[in-house]
Amino acid sequence: MTERNYPQIGERVYEETLPNGLAIRVISKPHHAKACAFFVTRYGGMDLRFQLNGQWQDTPAGIAHYLEHKMFDTEDGNALQILAQNGAEPNAFTSNAITAYYFYSTEHFYENLKVLLQFVSVPYFTDESVEKEQGIIGQEIRMVEDTPDWQIYTNLMECLYEKSPARVSVAGTVESIRHITAQTLYDCHRAFYDPSNMVLCVVGNVDPQQVSAIAREVLPQTGGNPIPRDYGAEESSAPAKRERSQTMEVSMTQFLAGYKCDTPPDGVEQLRLGMIGDMACDILFGDSSPLYSRLYEQGLINDTFGGNFDVLPGVAYLYVGGDSNDPHAVHAAVTAEAQRLGQEGIDEDFYQRIRRAAYGQMIRSLNSFESIAISQAEGVFHGYDYYTFPEVFASITKADLEAFLRRNITAERTAISLITPKA
Amino acid sequence: MTKQRIQLLDNVFLTYVPADKFKTDFLSAQFITPLRAETAGLNALLPAVLQRGTAEYPDMQRLSAALDLLYGANVEHSVRKRGENQLWGFVATCVDDAFLPGGDQLLEPLTDILGQLICRPVLENGTLSPAYVASERTNLIDAIRSAINEKRTFASRRLLEEMCRGEAYGLSHIGDEASVAAITPEALTAHYHQAIAQSRLELYYCGRAEMQRVEDAFRAAFRDLPRCGGVPLAAAQPHPVRETPQVIREQMDVTQGKLCVGYSVDTDDKEAVVVMNTMFGATSNSKLFLNVREKLSLCYYASSTYHRAKNMITVASGIEFQNYQKALDEITAQLTAMQSGSWEDWELTAVRSSLSNGHRSIFDSASQLEDFYMGQIATGRDDDPEKLLEAALAVTPERIRAAANAVKLDTIYFLTGKEATNP
Repeated sequence: MTERNYPQIGERVYEETLPNGLAIRVISKPHHAKACAFFVTRYGGMDLRFQLNGQWQDTPAGIAHYLEHKMFDTEDGNALQILAQNGAEPNAFTSNAITAYYFYSTEHFYENLKVLLQFVSVPYFTDESVEKEQGIIGQEIRMVEDTPDWQIYTNLMECLYEKSPARVSVAGTVESIRHITAQTLYDCHRAFYDPSNMVLCVVGNVDPQQVSAIAREVLPQTGGNPIPRDYGAEESSAPAKRERSQTMEVSMTQFLAGYKCDTPPDGVEQLRLGMIGDMACDILFGDSSPLYSRLYEQGLINDTFGGNFDVLPGVAYLYVGGDSNDPHAVHAAVTAEAQRLGQEGIDEDFYQRIRRAAYGQMIRSLNSFESIAISQAEGVFHGYDYYTFPEVFASITKADLEAFLRRNITAERTAISLITPKA
Repeated sequence: MTKQRIQLLDNVFLTYVPADKFKTDFLSAQFITPLRAETAGLNALLPAVLQRGTAEYPDMQRLSAALDLLYGANVEHSVRKRGENQLWGFVATCVDDAFLPGGDQLLEPLTDILGQLICRPVLENGTLSPAYVASERTNLIDAIRSAINEKRTFASRRLLEEMCRGEAYGLSHIGDEASVAAITPEALTAHYHQAIAQSRLELYYCGRAEMQRVEDAFRAAFRDLPRCGGVPLAAAQPHPVRETPQVIREQMDVTQGKLCVGYSVDTDDKEAVVVMNTMFGATSNSKLFLNVREKLSLCYYASSTYHRAKNMITVASGIEFQNYQKALDEITAQLTAMQSGSWEDWELTAVRSSLSNGHRSIFDSASQLEDFYMGQIATGRDDDPEKLLEAALAVTPERIRAAANAVKLDTIYFLTGKEATNP
């Protein structure tokens, strides 16, 4: 394995790509009692249409998430239980772009790693077990349907996008998941759980050689080729729909506004644009921005107000939201402020302050094992080394931020989603 | 790692936890005072108002700017309930000096800001800024009302309110709407002076700095803190056993029902209850998870929590409205299984592993450690995670069974849909 040191941020990484295509990253944390392993596939809620054996396949919404639930089943029982008996805290999640299986443990790390790699690489479904999960996932969907934060996000994505599967909820619907069978799950597993489409990230006080040896022992010797995927025809910069409002049992109106942004190419440019997007949020509406103070003092926002920049397969967007009695006024103020900053320029002192704060924030995120593992995995999938962020960050200029705001945060590119209280 | 706790001033203590594995320093200043209906709202409002500014940084923008310059140091006000005490104050984090370019030192200036927030607020003619009080009062009322937004937490809170009616533990840690609405700037100012002079103040630091440097920084920052007399902490009263269980049923416009069940526990063997509860419902390996969720597919979540200071157990789950009886029966059946000692060896092994993992992992998170130690202090205990783990691992099957037999049904709370018929 190759050892890389990053003295500026106090990190050390061992990396390797196995003959089957699996990328391994071991991030050394010599003083922690816990260690974690994240086994991540580049397959998420948006991967609904893909080519398998030369045939285009359309799969039901929510299938990646459904598969995540069922992967824990093994011929002998359930991997969740085996890991838990070994003192591990196992879990998994499915996002738009990836599915991650992981565990944390303070003992029996290598045994647990073996179990993790085994159950994720060896599918075992029966029609009966797939059927049984309908009840559990059905209740998970019901739960999120009652969760305003989830609904407001799903509604925003439906407004922003016309063709991109970004508009489809990762969990699917109670209706869509009815069409999932053991066979569709096997097909999706074969397509996307190939070592060449996966990353193994381990964070903790572990021996990198042993991690590599276990991966070689458990996983298939050879890997496949990349699967062609279809994320829909190219989106225009305008949203599919300007506004969507839903009533729920909430105490006050919540809003989430989104701006369709230019999609970054893979490579280090994606890392750089992600940082520009995050910094643009700080400058535009972060806690120390003039806009935040003004809106807060006017009583238009409270401390729920905030937002972020997000890159998904084929699309990117910036969102901002919170509770407000006048969401449209806040929305208009955000757009106007972005254009003002884009035209008149960002105050130099303010910019320097935000730069410092943004750098501190990136260092701070290295406290989180999950954040480290996922950043590393995304770096592998998109062709950059995440830990080079200090140098990439240094290359960002004030003009980059002004250009980003001017171009992306416009009235033409935006939509708003609202959740209003029942009368 | 040697934790140290020293007294700085009258009724003011500093807990110091050296750790060089984090990228950040973690600081906390918490006032601890008995949770009472008359003062809960005042204590919740106070830190929110104080966070609006200090004499030196009199508004949010200037305060945030100062924090930005400290590489995005972060200060958040917090309000918690631990046992029957209320904790209010601030937690602050900053990047450790080791990862800063140019040899900056952040501990002293950040501790100073913490001291300013508590000792030198923005006063107008001797009164806390009426504008800040009015605006934060509105925000706090919004926060109190927003309890209905997240149905899962809402239902669990409603259960505690109903189960512990008349006990301090049944009160919300952020107060009730009517008392908060009645708070004037004058009343809050009077409360402020009294609270900072009389309430116990617990300070906490976790990071790389030497004890002496931390002590000096806190001494300097809190040099103006007035101290006179001292309000003792509340010793939590065990929840009294209810002879006839009560059933509360409420309706809302929701798609999923929330079933919450509360039990009293009539035993002093709290270590045994910890182990018993872990097997009953605290992990993904527990009886509730394996049966209510995995076997019967009735829910996405079903879990139990042990409220140690009150000697109560609560169960929470999300289900289809019509499955009320089925789910309740299964929860009861699993408790009965615990009472009759019916579990397999692996279940006990798993519980011990899980407890061991949980206790050891506490040291890997500065914020978890803070919460652990503050909770210990607020509930009148002085145990370390290692000692607690040792005690839990020594619990025998006989004691687990005895603990389960001390569990008695107290309150059933069911949040159901508007159209649902009676279960």
